[in-house]
Amino acid sequence: MSEEPEEIYEVHLKDIFEGPMDLLIHLIKKNEVDIYDIPIALITDKYLQYIDWMKSMNVNVAGDFLVMAATLTHIKSKMLLPIQEEDEDDPRIEITRPLLEYLQMKSAAEHLLERDILGENTFSRSLDRKDLALDNEDRVINVGLFELMDAFQRLLDKIPAFKELDVSPAGASVKDKINELLDILEKEGSVTFDQLFDKNSTKSEFVITFLAILEMVRLAIISIVQHVQSGIIRLFYL
Amino acid sequence: MTIPTEQELKNIIEALLFVADTPLPIERIKSVVPADAKTIKDILSRLAVEYEQRTGGFFLMEVAGGYQIRTKPEYAEWVKRLVQPNPLRMSKAALETLTIIAYKQPVIRSEVEHIRGVDSGGILRMLLELKLIRVLGRKDIPGRPLIYTTTKRFLEIFGLKDLRDLPTPEEIKGLVNPLLPEKRHPDQLPLIPDEDIENVPKDTLISEDDKNILT
Repeated sequence: MSEEPEEIYEVHLKDIFEGPMDLLIHLIKKNEVDIYDIPIALITDKYLQYIDWMKSMNVNVAGDFLVMAATLTHIKSKMLLPIQEEDEDDPRIEITRPLLEYLQMKSAAEHLLERDILGENTFSRSLDRKDLALDNEDRVINVGLFELMDAFQRLLDKIPAFKELDVSPAGASVKDKINELLDILEKEGSVTFDQLFDKNSTKSEFVITFLAILEMVRLAIISIVQHVQSGIIRLFYL
Repeated sequence: MTIPTEQELKNIIEALLFVADTPLPIERIKSVVPADAKTIKDILSRLAVEYEQRTGGFFLMEVAGGYQIRTKPEYAEWVKRLVQPNPLRMSKAALETLTIIAYKQPVIRSEVEHIRGVDSGGILRMLLELKLIRVLGRKDIPGRPLIYTTTKRFLEIFGLKDLRDLPTPEEIKGLVNPLLPEKRHPDQLPLIPDEDIENVPKDTLISEDDKNILT
């Protein structure tokens, strides 16, 4: 590359490419080429130049960019081969198809943003009390972290204090536990907090189950409610 | 409670709309007032027309499977002075990811990443936290990946009646897109247009490319 490093640096600071698709679209736009007839050699060269530049700037080139580089090079090599069969697809289809789909989604995203967005262009009433619609007889409240911790502490208290030295291998991870809980919830739809804790488990198993529950709430996979009268905490699969 | 007259029924439904903080489905209204779905729907349309003719500060919107009174967009700046707005602060990448899920749902992570060509785990997590998408279940393929769909909240935020309310791919293409030349195939989303491949002699394709390699 003959350009001054500073110059390139300035140019590219403005263009932050989220991924290889964004970079490719930028190159197509910049070189004013027809997306249905991409000059694959030109675009591949420009693409590789950009990757080189990223490397020279010590930017960590993500694997995604390299996969695309390989794809482009592969298409370029295919283009050089004489076409054997009549009905053979243009090798560029491999890149044109995803590009068009991505562009379509980008336009759709822009279109969504043009709508009257709640909380930005239009407003509705908002109530603090979420429980208006619920019948008093069967009221449930959403459980906060502290109720959950109380419930957990009560469970921990039930573990016998004297236990032999535990030399068993490490149990399930939080991730495994989430999968396990998902299986239960998929079948049952909802489950009480106490049901999830086997009285014979070790403390570490308790902790893992509890962490799994917290993680699932965070990921909005489950919601946790407590019945007002009985105090039973129940997990619902969303 | 006595049986309300038709005029009262309209007032009651208006009152319900006034207090509701989420879009009210007709079914929900039906469970409250002694009227059938058709009557309720008629009343809702009449209310919508009334608000329209009144040219006031709000209108009745059909959104997310229900009806909701909303402020008119032209007064948004003033409303924002009163209430702490909770704007949708989303990066372009997050919005694109959300759009892909909206159109391709139910969808798994690898399908989203295939379209975007980039890791999307963090963005999916964020969209889950914003409650714009949710986990529908798990796909019965190796690894049992989570399946994502958009939520009712997504419809509410973007003012969509339901998912069919999203513009179709054909409508999207009508939108401005500098990359898709107008003259070419405005009516379909072709990969590489068939007739072009037919019209252009195969060897031309290659020689054009050779030219590019030389430059």
